[in-house]
Amino acid sequence: MNINYFQFFDMVPEAILVAVLVITFIADFIAHGKENKSWLNPLVSVMLLVSAIATLFVGDDQAVLFGGAYVATPANTMMKAILCAGTFIVVLQSRKWLSGEDAKAVEGEFYMLTISTLLGMYVMMSAGSFLMFFLGLETASVPLACMVALDKYKKDSAEAAAKFILTATFSSGVMLYGLSFLYGSTGTLYFADFAEALEVNAMTICGMVFFVSGLGFKLSLVPFHFWTADTYKGAPTTVTGYLSVISKGAAAFTLAVLLHHVFFALVEQWEILMDILIVLSITIANLMAIRQTELKRFMAFSSISQAGYIMLAVIGANAEASLASLMYYVLVYIVANMSVFAIISVVEQNNGGRTDMRAYDGFYGNNPKLAFLMTLALFSLGGIPPFAGMFSKFFVFMASVNGQEGNWLPYFIMFVALINTVVSLYYYLLIVKAMFINKTDEPLPTFQSDGNTKLTLAICTAGILLFGVVSCIYEAIQSACVASC
Amino acid sequence: MDIFSNFGLTLFVIVPALMLLGLWAARDVKQVRGVMVAGSSVLVALSVLLTVQFINLRAAGNTDEMLFVSSMPWFKSLNISYAIGVDGISVVMLLLSSIIVFTGTFASWKLQPLTKEFFMWFVLLSTGVFGFFICIDLFAMFMFYEVALIPMYLLIGYWGSGKKEYAAMKLTLMLMGGSALIILGLVGIYFYNGASTMNILEIAHNNNIPVDVQNVLFPFVFIGFGVLGALFPFHTWSPIGHGCAPTSVSMLHAGVLMKLGGYGCFRIAMYLLPGAQETWVPVFLILTTISVVYGAFSACVQTDLKFINAYSSVSHCGLVLFALLMMTQTSCTGAILQMLSHGLMTALFFALIGMIYGRTHTRDIRKLGGLMKIMPFLSVGYVIAGLANLGLPGFSGFIAEMTIFVGSFENADTFHRCCTIIACTSIVVTAVYILRTVGFILFEKVADPHYEELTDATWDEKVAVVCLIACVAGLGTFPIWASNVINGAVGNVLGVINM
Repeated sequence: MNINYFQFFDMVPEAILVAVLVITFIADFIAHGKENKSWLNPLVSVMLLVSAIATLFVGDDQAVLFGGAYVATPANTMMKAILCAGTFIVVLQSRKWLSGEDAKAVEGEFYMLTISTLLGMYVMMSAGSFLMFFLGLETASVPLACMVALDKYKKDSAEAAAKFILTATFSSGVMLYGLSFLYGSTGTLYFADFAEALEVNAMTICGMVFFVSGLGFKLSLVPFHFWTADTYKGAPTTVTGYLSVISKGAAAFTLAVLLHHVFFALVEQWEILMDILIVLSITIANLMAIRQTELKRFMAFSSISQAGYIMLAVIGANAEASLASLMYYVLVYIVANMSVFAIISVVEQNNGGRTDMRAYDGFYGNNPKLAFLMTLALFSLGGIPPFAGMFSKFFVFMASVNGQEGNWLPYFIMFVALINTVVSLYYYLLIVKAMFINKTDEPLPTFQSDGNTKLTLAICTAGILLFGVVSCIYEAIQSACVASC
Repeated sequence: MDIFSNFGLTLFVIVPALMLLGLWAARDVKQVRGVMVAGSSVLVALSVLLTVQFINLRAAGNTDEMLFVSSMPWFKSLNISYAIGVDGISVVMLLLSSIIVFTGTFASWKLQPLTKEFFMWFVLLSTGVFGFFICIDLFAMFMFYEVALIPMYLLIGYWGSGKKEYAAMKLTLMLMGGSALIILGLVGIYFYNGASTMNILEIAHNNNIPVDVQNVLFPFVFIGFGVLGALFPFHTWSPIGHGCAPTSVSMLHAGVLMKLGGYGCFRIAMYLLPGAQETWVPVFLILTTISVVYGAFSACVQTDLKFINAYSSVSHCGLVLFALLMMTQTSCTGAILQMLSHGLMTALFFALIGMIYGRTHTRDIRKLGGLMKIMPFLSVGYVIAGLANLGLPGFSGFIAEMTIFVGSFENADTFHRCCTIIACTSIVVTAVYILRTVGFILFEKVADPHYEELTDATWDEKVAVVCLIACVAGLGTFPIWASNVINGAVGNVLGVINM
């Protein structure tokens, strides 16, 4: 049987993104060596925005292609649109960094690497077989290591990239080992057949655990999180932002779909596994975040803890509610986290690279608007209403015990997560305290942010304020999930 | 004019939102003050109008459990609606909140620095409070409840005094800890009530939650709200929190926010989980009795004026929970009356303490003395507040406490009677610390010769004090309208609980 290559055109989101990649390549080629490259960033940003919108509205959001290797559902199409919108925000915010002397030469590479990883994530989320999944995962991970190393003149950056790629490769190896067990036990890599053929025995449980470890690395769940703090600290701030939201969101979505739809025969085992990972991630990351003095490391531990909350949605029995609340949480997390990273980035660039928390003492005095926006974003991360973070946390809690009447364990996990929200609020408030209450003799001077940062912050703040109260966002995600399951 | 049907109650949230916009646009202190006075007057007018319309509708024979009910689906897939409605208890609480916001504006008339930001956080806090009282959907109620918690951190941490950073962090974290427990309870109630609804009227009437589940959820919800309602031993945020907070923040917090705790305990814990009474009411009765007595005794040994009042609030708010747990019609009516009365009295106290502190720059009662000769207006105000607090007839405190103890005594069994008698002893102890404080700071010799130069109250301070004294005395001499309004509502709630 011959492959029908026209099926590539049915992979609408991926086709659009490949077109964006090709245009970016040509644009960078044209712009190479020229003095004025200021049109390149708007071009890429607008293309990403258009592709995010087009992903939602163009083409059919249900498709099974290449004999089941590629599966498009309304849920993963919507997730692709969410991640593309998140990447648009990242690229928008990156302009100031890329116009600096050090990063100017690698501007085009940054865009192409980012779009490549995003393409890999699309493929990973739409995979219908473990082979496609692995292809997508690797495409999403390897360029990330290059992106982490982009600050060529800082050795922190190279060290971060080395730690990242070594851990990534090792995790992929472990995951492949697990996959080999699973393949050996069921005889197929295609999800549909695999799910039916899966039995509960020691080999498959072992395979599943190794498999989840590989994805746990990408999600930076404890105990697979050791690379996170150093990589987040060493990478350029924009790349850290991308790592913390987009990469995590894609991995979370994929893990949720795989656990509920592919590994459902092993549900009792993976529930226990996820319970342990969630409790460890949330608790240990929270305790470590309290001790941090450098903001990017702090955000690393905060994001490990948030990954725990994201996966909390998965332990519920109702697959649609779990997936919907997970996607919604990722969306809200994107806008809140990108807001924080945009502010960290602009402060870093205007103050000689300072990212320590003491730099923010008395920040409100000279830069009241930025301090205020930072506060809104931190409150959203902490789960305070009326910001979207509270809605997303509440819905995740609801999803985690959905359909579990009579079972006390999910309620206990939720209780642990709730106590940890208080702890996380403490460390988010430490930054708010530094900005508003701490006094210092040398606060950071007043500075003007560039236009792109202002636009990024405007978009993110609008998201923080509106995504919760305006219910149609959550309802749209929910109906996409119901249509998929 | 019928402005409260068809979501008209949302005005109570819209007006503070407009005040926020107005404050954001204000350019100088005069405009800030103007916005605050205008907005809070509108809120007082609205709450008075609501009370009058409510009384008229009840007199005309409307016996629905809640009036002005409107509901709009919000998150359809999760069965969460924006559902609002009021009954007698909510009406009285809205009235209390609007009076405190109004007088709080005047009590902080001269606050510096960053007056605009202060009032913005203050109004955000009050938005949460008003929203909590008008909503009857659990998710919406919880959302407004949390909105009312977080501005406290900055209000105390920046504009406070003393160990303000510690106080702010302790208060915020303990109250958020309470919210965490509440979420667990709410999610449990949602999934176990059979209809997967968040509307409290539906949940209460269906009464489908299995009793063993109710027994598990009740302590979470009760303790969660009880943290805010100063339930022993979760009250420890309160003394230092009130002690370090600025004046109008203390007024709003002790006057209104701590009543959110009592309201939540009644409306959510007891109303929705009635099957848990047998197991848990005795346990919490013991804790609340301890609160009442412990708060009063602790107040006796304090030397900081604000701490005395803070422990007094622990004692009186403990009395609210005590009366609610007694579960007779009279005692629950007394509890709500006590919420109203204590809210007004404690606001008056904190306002006066703030005014005295602003002049003498000390709150230590050992260093104050003889203020009656120097600031007669404020001192007489303080005496009146003290007499109201210890339950002198003619003021609202007497009405509330009498109703509570008469109602509590109606329970004939030994356990309840013992608790009532022990709680009654707090009346005497209250008199001790009130009169002791009054004697120390107002009478005797003038402690510091510099005090001779201090001025008495300015016009803005007089407005705040006179308003509150008028309310306290008015409620004390003419309580029947409030009592009727509350009685009907309490009767409805207890009727559903005992179903």
